[in-house]
Amino acid sequence: MAKRVGMEVAIAASEAVALCNIDMAAVYPITPQSHIAEHLSDIVADGRIDAEFVTVESEHSAISCVAGACATGARVYTATSSQGLMLMHEILPIVSAMRLPVVMGIANRAVSGPLNILNDHTDIMSQRDCGWVVLFVENGQEAVDLTIQSFKIAENKDVMLPTCVNIDGFQLTHMVEPVEFPDQKLVNKFLPPRKPYATLHPDKPVTMGTFAMGDIFPEVMKAKDEALKGAKKVVLDVFAEWKKLFGREYKLVETYKTEDAECVFVTMGSMGETAEVAVNELRKAGVAAGLVKIRLWRPFPFEEFRAAIGKAKLLMVMDRAIVHGGMGGPVSVEIKSALYGEKNPPAVHDYIMGLGGRDVAVDDFEAMAKKSLEAYRKGVEKDYEFYGVRG
Amino acid sequence: MKKRKWPETWQEVSPGCIVAAPANAREYLTGSWKAQHPVWDDGKCIKCGLCYIFCPEGCIRETEKGFFAADLDYCKGCGICAHECWPGAITMVQEG
Repeated sequence: MAKRVGMEVAIAASEAVALCNIDMAAVYPITPQSHIAEHLSDIVADGRIDAEFVTVESEHSAISCVAGACATGARVYTATSSQGLMLMHEILPIVSAMRLPVVMGIANRAVSGPLNILNDHTDIMSQRDCGWVVLFVENGQEAVDLTIQSFKIAENKDVMLPTCVNIDGFQLTHMVEPVEFPDQKLVNKFLPPRKPYATLHPDKPVTMGTFAMGDIFPEVMKAKDEALKGAKKVVLDVFAEWKKLFGREYKLVETYKTEDAECVFVTMGSMGETAEVAVNELRKAGVAAGLVKIRLWRPFPFEEFRAAIGKAKLLMVMDRAIVHGGMGGPVSVEIKSALYGEKNPPAVHDYIMGLGGRDVAVDDFEAMAKKSLEAYRKGVEKDYEFYGVRG
Repeated sequence: MKKRKWPETWQEVSPGCIVAAPANAREYLTGSWKAQHPVWDDGKCIKCGLCYIFCPEGCIRETEKGFFAADLDYCKGCGICAHECWPGAITMVQEG
């Protein structure tokens, strides 16, 4: 059994990358991801791993740089946040269309404006449709484990898609948490060297990033979509192998006290742990509350989600982002799609909360449950709500 | 070189749309894009070769008799040859 250490989660995430035998990284520092960039740079400069660390001049360059290195067959890593992810946007769908298994850590932060550096999910949600595998972590241990797993998922021959690990900025990245690092030899066994489909090498010239008109473009998009949907099975296989080697079990959708639950919270990311405490408090007060935590956001695990909510009559979705001009937050929109056509689907109440680092405490979850249950028992339809917003 | 199947199905597309062999751009017949094609009236042609010089695709060649013709597999129908031909020997004709 590996030793547990107390470590800041951003530092732990870069230590996890160091276990993965990467060939290069290009990371442009941005709050709250900076500690990942700085520590990974330290690890390379100290000669602890045999890799290149490219000090690029922007995030657009960071993602372009790792994409190019990835095309040569290298195992690569980058990380960013918020405006940095926005600047990468142009390249994100290209990386997935070129089927390059780039791994990226995202320290989730609100997107300007107004200028803000604290946590919410508006950065990744604005990049939702770029064709990447998208994972969310709840604590430091998950940040370590899923970072390592991401390389295996991304590089799988049936996937070959970029993968990002979402780590809530500050709420997680800057917390010191107990973390257990997997043994290097076991990681080597779990994650053998990358076997690229093709490489850029003068001995065997290939063309990557080709031009494609309407006579082939839709076929390429369909192939990418099928690969992304198929990634779900690979994620399940990787989780199963992880459990066998390291003992920690991961599911696409985690459940907490849902067996007999009447009302169920739905969360993504670090707020899952707060919600667990709230579920315990609500149960003490006689409310049959439960919790569903979505770990795999893309591809969305529709079957697993429907199975996870069980017989709950009321879902309370916690959205840390907003689909402006739409039907609430992105998670609730997805869930309503997942439930379309189901017989007697549960009511879905959507709470837009925790924006720009606004704290969401146990009391808040209890208050939301109270509001939702009152409306539900009166048979009142409930629109989405900006929870806790004054006025 | 083995002739590549075209058009491919989504299952046949190489991952990332990689082209696995070099120097095969010529297999992509960009002439399919055109809406018009040039037709030469050799009676008006003075064999100056301006069409050959100005063709941005480089698809116009001199014939054995010293006149000019376009390789319609690659001509995109831009009409620059007809525009530049001052004796008016080239007419752009609608496809179809």
